[in-house]
Amino acid sequence: MMDRSPIIRVVSKLLVAPILLFALYVQFHGDFGPGGGFQAGVIFGAAFILYALIYGTATARKVMPSWVCRLLLASGVLLFSGVGVAGILMGGKYLDYSVLAHEPTHGQHLGILLVELGVGITVAAAMITIFFLYAGRGRDE
Amino acid sequence: MVITGLGLVYLRNLFAVVMLSGIFTLTAAMLYVAMDAVDVAFTEAAVGAGISTILMLGTLALTTREEKVARRWHPGALLMVLVTGGILVYGTLDMPHYGDPGAPAHKHVAPRYINESGKEIGVPNIVTSVLASYRGYDTLGETTVIFTAAIGVLALLGRRRRKHGDKSQDGVKSNDDEEQSTI
Repeated sequence: MMDRSPIIRVVSKLLVAPILLFALYVQFHGDFGPGGGFQAGVIFGAAFILYALIYGTATARKVMPSWVCRLLLASGVLLFSGVGVAGILMGGKYLDYSVLAHEPTHGQHLGILLVELGVGITVAAAMITIFFLYAGRGRDE
Repeated sequence: MVITGLGLVYLRNLFAVVMLSGIFTLTAAMLYVAMDAVDVAFTEAAVGAGISTILMLGTLALTTREEKVARRWHPGALLMVLVTGGILVYGTLDMPHYGDPGAPAHKHVAPRYINESGKEIGVPNIVTSVLASYRGYDTLGETTVIFTAAIGVLALLGRRRRKHGDKSQDGVKSNDDEEQSTI
């Protein structure tokens, strides 16, 4: 896959960083504008997929090895449910964020931020995993 | 959208079909923007037009580009489609009009979300506060679904590759091999 034209390689290299940045913006600006964990995760995954499409999955896997992918996949769900459990431990109900900080709205802010982060991590890892599996199969057989 | 839909049915080249379905999704996303549902449009454009297209292309690379032409006439299938379509259209007949303030969806919990979420949650984007806080369980479920989907793909595709690569070793493999041959 490395014999792509230099224009594609240079442009994609330029684009990957802004895409990642945009994903983070969507992730953490979801409270104030459109966006959130799902969209951010997909955009984040798309950046890796673009990189893998141009430079080959082997190069992309050096950035995101399989164990990192699987770890992130599980840790997103764990973060989400962990926030819920933290709500119980701090004297509230499951997934009740109001008790996470001194003021209910601050707690809600914190809870939503963490939960969306969990969603984003899982979605991004899932996208990358599925794409790598598909692409890797095509190359081997 | 109707034109793209018809094109999808009539085209035999699967590559063009994938591209057209991407266009279809983008049109749907624009429709959502026109209805002021930016969050939904965002997701539709990113997931539907972006990731699905890439995954479809990946699948095409593994299989074939041309659809097999089946020229048999199925009256039963046509009847089934017509009946299902008729029932769906009939179901839309008593739906409230778009933007109707008296619609059931706007009477139940929506007023509380719109009026109180500023005080209760303190997040300007109501969609986010509904998604992550009021409907936290739903979102947790959705995340678990995505997690399960990825695990399923891992189990299906990852394992087959491992067997494929390790045939010469009589199925005995070290941890390192396993790590490399699956994603």
